[in-house]
Amino acid sequence: MTNEEALQQHSQVTQGAAIAVHADHHHKQSFITKYIFSTDHKMISRQFLVTGIIWAVIGGFFSVVFRMQLGFPDQTFPWLETIFGKWAEGGRISQDLYYTLVTMHGTILVFFVLTAGLSGTFSNFLIPLQIGARDMAAPFVNMLSYWFFFAASIVMFSSLFVSTGGSSVGWTFYPPLSALGEAAEGAKAGMDLWLISIFLFIVSQLLGGLNYVATIINMRTKGMFMTRLPLTIWSFMFTAILGILTFPVLLSAVVLLMFDRHLGTSFFLSDIVINGKILPNEGGSPVLFQHLFWFLGHPEVYIVALPAMGITSEVVSTNSRKPIFGYMAMVGSFFAITTLSMIVWAHHMFVSGMNPFLGSVFTLFTLLIAVPSAIKVFNWLTTMWRGNIIFTPAMLFSIGFVSLFISGGLTGIWLGNATIDIHIHDTYFNIAHFHLVMGVASMFGMFSGIYHWFPKMFGRFMNKTLGYIHFWITIICAYLIFWPMHYQGIAGMPRRYFDYSNWESFKMFEGLNTFISIAAIVAFIAQFLFIFNFFYSIYKGRKVTEENKNPWKSTTLEWSTPALPGHGNWPGEIPEVHRWPYDYSKGDRDFIPQTEPIGADEGEH
Amino acid sequence: MELAMNQEKKIHPQKYMMWMAITSILMMFVGLSSAFIVKRSQANWITLEIPQIFYYSTGVILVSSLTIAMAKRSFIRRLISRYAVWLGATAVLGVLFVVMQTIGFVELWNSGITVSRNASFSFLYVIVGLHALHVLGGVAGLLLMSFKSFSRKNIVYSPLGINLMSTYWHFVDILWIYLLVFMIIEG
Ligand code: HEM
Ligand SMILES: [Cu+2]
Repeated sequence: MTNEEALQQHSQVTQGAAIAVHADHHHKQSFITKYIFSTDHKMISRQFLVTGIIWAVIGGFFSVVFRMQLGFPDQTFPWLETIFGKWAEGGRISQDLYYTLVTMHGTILVFFVLTAGLSGTFSNFLIPLQIGARDMAAPFVNMLSYWFFFAASIVMFSSLFVSTGGSSVGWTFYPPLSALGEAAEGAKAGMDLWLISIFLFIVSQLLGGLNYVATIINMRTKGMFMTRLPLTIWSFMFTAILGILTFPVLLSAVVLLMFDRHLGTSFFLSDIVINGKILPNEGGSPVLFQHLFWFLGHPEVYIVALPAMGITSEVVSTNSRKPIFGYMAMVGSFFAITTLSMIVWAHHMFVSGMNPFLGSVFTLFTLLIAVPSAIKVFNWLTTMWRGNIIFTPAMLFSIGFVSLFISGGLTGIWLGNATIDIHIHDTYFNIAHFHLVMGVASMFGMFSGIYHWFPKMFGRFMNKTLGYIHFWITIICAYLIFWPMHYQGIAGMPRRYFDYSNWESFKMFEGLNTFISIAAIVAFIAQFLFIFNFFYSIYKGRKVTEENKNPWKSTTLEWSTPALPGHGNWPGEIPEVHRWPYDYSKGDRDFIPQTEPIGADEGEH
Repeated sequence: MELAMNQEKKIHPQKYMMWMAITSILMMFVGLSSAFIVKRSQANWITLEIPQIFYYSTGVILVSSLTIAMAKRSFIRRLISRYAVWLGATAVLGVLFVVMQTIGFVELWNSGITVSRNASFSFLYVIVGLHALHVLGGVAGLLLMSFKSFSRKNIVYSPLGINLMSTYWHFVDILWIYLLVFMIIEG
């Protein structure tokens, strides 16, 4: 920096007391501190997002490969051998690779994309911006959260390249399979790396979660009472609380499993014979593992769903130009979901031989959790009802979220009844349920958030037309892929099988399987419309100008920052908040920003 | 509402973070304790023998809670060299605690009670080991803080650091008492 520049910067800095407070943010940043080891929440958010997108492509590609096996079991594809080498000799994937792909697909999408990618991106980006804070409570810890995630990513990715292959024991990594290297190729070194990666990932989630909650509780701007928080923020807070309470329990399971794998303990192992060899382990309980796993596993599905719900609430209200219906009911149902989701976990274990009385208790709690979920759906629909709906791509994806959430939620009620679940557990019915309600629905929430906040994140717009095409292909394919699976599941077709052609009873599904696989391939290809749109728009999209810096005419604080906010978010003082975030179509005004004081002749909502 | 918020602002956000981190660590031990209870009710459980030395190490960690309280007092009175001494003493006691736990393990191991001997002892190793790791984490923090207190360049006036540290330290202390009592009763 030359002297003049320094002087000029200095004089700019001292122009007003308000700005001077912020002088320390004007120090020169090197490439490294700005783009790599950045402590700015907005940069960390973009890092989570881009890493999440890369993982989504990998995880999605894996599903295309294993769907090709299911859809075209007797054909060969030489290019598969080019990619996977000895794991796909002759152009057909091996059984080991099939299981590795299934495991990695689940792990990557549930943990790396829909947990880190979704709540990592939007909690980081929106919490300080929407509550009116300069950054997170502990920016350095926040940066560590990303780098632990990055380290977890590297370890997970490298696990795919060990000579025995990546983990192949399923994303739920049940022992004994996951505890015994002798049991499968994919339970050897690949499994160890998998566990290390998940360990790092949990640390990352905890560091992030602590920050999110502390920031929300403690760093709101003047006037931003908890009851004036946008619903996005409420959802991120409950997500973080769930993570803080349940990820450590998974961590304990990971530690115990590591001991079983390498130190000869028998926490989860008992009376096992492998290849004619009797193992010495005695007295262990694999069901104990299932309890520890699902104590996280069920809340995890809400860790994935809640941010999508928050984003949807925000986008639906903004684009219907109507206040959100039932704000307090929304907050209450977030709370109810958070609490209830910690006492329903054993509904994943109805077939583990549990006491039928216990089963009925878990059935009861499970059905109860459908109530707050239904309240939310009702509120979104009522918000849209007779609204002046503006169909932006973000809005379409939010409507898609609601649609998918209903479709998948209804089957949850079937599965929640132990008597029904025992018959359709571990069939394609379950696959259909959770992909609709969690997998695709939350992806839609994430897309909605990206289309909606892209202008704030990158200072440019994404292309709308591509967005519309992306939406329609994706939603149609989502239903074409997962709807038929309900019928397969009811017919008893089990999940996690490599090849169904040996079973007379499933022969009738040959054509349907091919159909589903084709729809999956089309859906995957359509995602490149989004990816192209995303990266192209970062550099070449239409610019957001100062006049147009609130493109969706939103009331929330993030749109009161400059078009592309710098470190510290607001150049001057942080604005004060005077009203709740949903004053749309109030009186004769289309919308009233949160920063505007309540008028003399106006009542607070 | 206004009032409630102003009161909230008095607590530093990083204190919230510490309390939540503590909750989260606690949840891990709750997970382990419930696993312990489940396993205990199953066949082949051998009653735990808690090594004698664990009772002495309990004394050590209790004393270290006192020394860190002294460190906090000295800091508030700005008696910085005394503060550094108390911090150092706490760190030494922390290390001593971990060493004593390790001695306990070595004795157990040599008497034939290895980690894989029985689920009860596997749990003992895992639980005590994980707790010791948390103590070591605290020791690292203590050492960092006492080095910082010698620096003439960056004099720390805010009591935030020592407050966070002492909260954490009392927590690992109480956690140990809980774990010990739990293992005596349930083991
Ligand atoms: C209406 C409320 C819901 C009910 C009653 C419900 C019930 C169930 C039940 C009983 C199962 C176990 C099925 C089995 O393994 O046989 C299940 C599986 C699953 N559910 Fe739900 N669910 C509901 C909503 C959700 C939501 C909102 C999500 C995620 C956002 C979700 C994600 C999952 C996942 C991921 C699985 C499968 C896990 C696996 O086996 O790999 N569910 N659901
Ligand atoms: Cu569940």
